[in-house]
Amino acid sequence: MARSALPIITMVPAIVAGAIVVVLTLGTLIAVALRAEVGSGLGPADWAAVRFTVAQAFVSASLSVGFAIPVARALARRQFLWRRLLITLLGAPFILPVIVAVLGLLAVFGRNGVLNTALAAIGLPEVSIYGFHGVVLAHVFFNLPLATRFLLQGWLAIPAERFRLAAGLNAPVGRLLEWPMLCVIVPGAFLVIFVICLTSFAVALTLGGGPRATTVELAIYEALRFDFDPGRAALLACVQFGLCAIAALVAWRVSAVDALGTGLDRVVQRWDGSRWIDGIWITLAAMFLLAPLSMVVFQGLAGLDDLPAEVWPSIVRSVSVAIVSAFLTVGMALALALQGGRLVAVIGVLPLAASSLVVGTGLFLMIFPFVRPADMALPVTAAVNATLALPFALRAISPAVAATTENYGRLAAQLNVTGWAWVRLVVVPRVRAPLGFALGLAAALSMGDLGVIALFADADAATLPLTMYRLMGSYRMEAAAGAGLLLVAISLMLFWICDRGGRVNVDV
Amino acid sequence: MLTFDGVIIAQGDFHLAADLTISKGLTAVIGPSGAGKSTLLGAAAGFVSLKSGRIVCDASDVTAAQPGARPISMLFQDHNLFPHLTITQNIGLGLRPNLRMTAEETSRVKAAIGDVGLDGFGDRKPGTLSGGQQSRAALARVLLADRPVVLLDEPFSALGPALKDEMLRLVQRTLVDAGKTVLMVTHDPDDAESIADHVVLVAEGAATGPFDTEAVFANPPAALMAYLGTRVSRRS
Repeated sequence: MARSALPIITMVPAIVAGAIVVVLTLGTLIAVALRAEVGSGLGPADWAAVRFTVAQAFVSASLSVGFAIPVARALARRQFLWRRLLITLLGAPFILPVIVAVLGLLAVFGRNGVLNTALAAIGLPEVSIYGFHGVVLAHVFFNLPLATRFLLQGWLAIPAERFRLAAGLNAPVGRLLEWPMLCVIVPGAFLVIFVICLTSFAVALTLGGGPRATTVELAIYEALRFDFDPGRAALLACVQFGLCAIAALVAWRVSAVDALGTGLDRVVQRWDGSRWIDGIWITLAAMFLLAPLSMVVFQGLAGLDDLPAEVWPSIVRSVSVAIVSAFLTVGMALALALQGGRLVAVIGVLPLAASSLVVGTGLFLMIFPFVRPADMALPVTAAVNATLALPFALRAISPAVAATTENYGRLAAQLNVTGWAWVRLVVVPRVRAPLGFALGLAAALSMGDLGVIALFADADAATLPLTMYRLMGSYRMEAAAGAGLLLVAISLMLFWICDRGGRVNVDV
Repeated sequence: MLTFDGVIIAQGDFHLAADLTISKGLTAVIGPSGAGKSTLLGAAAGFVSLKSGRIVCDASDVTAAQPGARPISMLFQDHNLFPHLTITQNIGLGLRPNLRMTAEETSRVKAAIGDVGLDGFGDRKPGTLSGGQQSRAALARVLLADRPVVLLDEPFSALGPALKDEMLRLVQRTLVDAGKTVLMVTHDPDDAESIADHVVLVAEGAATGPFDTEAVFANPPAALMAYLGTRVSRRS
């Protein structure tokens, strides 16, 4: 079909959106590379950070995927009352603010947590959540659900007829059907989670630290905030980018999996496996997820009375940043999706390889000769959050825009409904549901972000997650729990409002 | 009047040559499936690029024009209405592609809705209408757009026989009687024979004709004979 069959749109919005992404990802990288002081090279502490980063990511990804295999298999072949709810819940950690989850994990596994109280009661020594295993624990908490969703998708992609055939032949389902599927899905899932664990600054900030548990990102943060050594921060940022780029490239080549997909609430009838073992796996996984979350709610409710005054302005800042960032994400995603093409696809995945700390360091280096970074904290955070959420928004919006063009592009072209009228009258109304979903996702992700804001903000510009972190740092755990509950509630509410708003009264 | 002037379309292995002039009135396009009936219409409307040749409407060469800029209206097999817009809005697009209508234009849309017998349906969405009513709404938009050439790519093929005949008569009464050049794809030779003034045959890589309907069915050329087989003419 001729190119002219598509309703003509100006390329300007797509170019602007593409430029923002390229400046924030590749541009900041150049800024970082130019300032990097290679002279002294990496010291022993830096090498330790690199080793720690890779080791914790490897162990976290292995454990997440390893545990996800029995859990996903159990979910794929068992029908039970709360199955649907549990599967929905598996999607929740994606928009759950990291710092809130950490608080919940501390309440269960921390020094005064449920686990250690129980251990003390029976006379066993306490376990510490800080350091290597704390970071791994938090990563498994976040990524076990993700891995389970990946694998569940793999299981449900096996046609029900094959299970019937295997059962009829009395053939081993595991070797015949499940093993080949796992060989395809597991490497991709492992690598995606490995990349996520390489760049989860907030977990390392709260549970890591010290000479033996510092990630490269944490080292960047310390170099900028405490030592004010931009040259070293820049060098470390180059190292971090190298790590991410290699892992992301490999992941991109290996994986074709999509964790945001829906349609996971189907059950395939099966004739194998033990009902008891499956039940145990599901119960363990549900408890592992739900215990910290319920602690957030319990302690949060108790802490609501004790909220310090600085929480309220930080809520206003966080919500404003989230709203601006969400609209920016969706605007950029829509502009890019309308343009389409290979280049757009590449621009869309660039932010996946970017680490918010590297982007933040680059922006810091770019602007601090001209303005005080703290003054720019909120705009910079909004822009960076918008860019980092872009791949997810684009993945939600692109297929719907493509389908609209496919189905209605010719009709619109015929009627001379082009340019802005095409976007306003046809595209936006037709892709409203994914637009709402993307808007909610971007708002919730920005709401919970504790990355670039930590580099830039001082006390006057703290967002809610940063305020929470500071409360935790000064051991005001009750107040932090209260703030955490508010943070989760606001994040979920923003997501719900946007997602719901996109879906009411949709005409198919 | 619509002229395919030395047109050659090439898409991979597919080739179609067309060198013909369609005059006012209703011309049916018939031929085996896959021969390129829709492609021929798509080329006229600007959705299919030409390898060579020109598309001429009345006296103007529109080969390089965008689909919306040609003096041509087209109805497709499906997706002729936007499901999220009301019937009034869908029809209004024929007048104002951005839907910013004056009071005078709004009343013209209302009149067009009445002309196709859809009074009272203006505020409904297409999904709440029957297939026949949806076809009428799409036809109302074509009437309102008032372009001299109308291309119908089997828009009524999903309707039952009675509804389809009713729509064909509506086309005859509105578009043809208003002096439009109507080019209509059909897979049913009976339709062509019963209402078309002329017939274009698309087969074996070429569009030939237009032939006078009565004459061509009475004495079909070899390609048409191969397509029709031993069919008994309705009029014989």
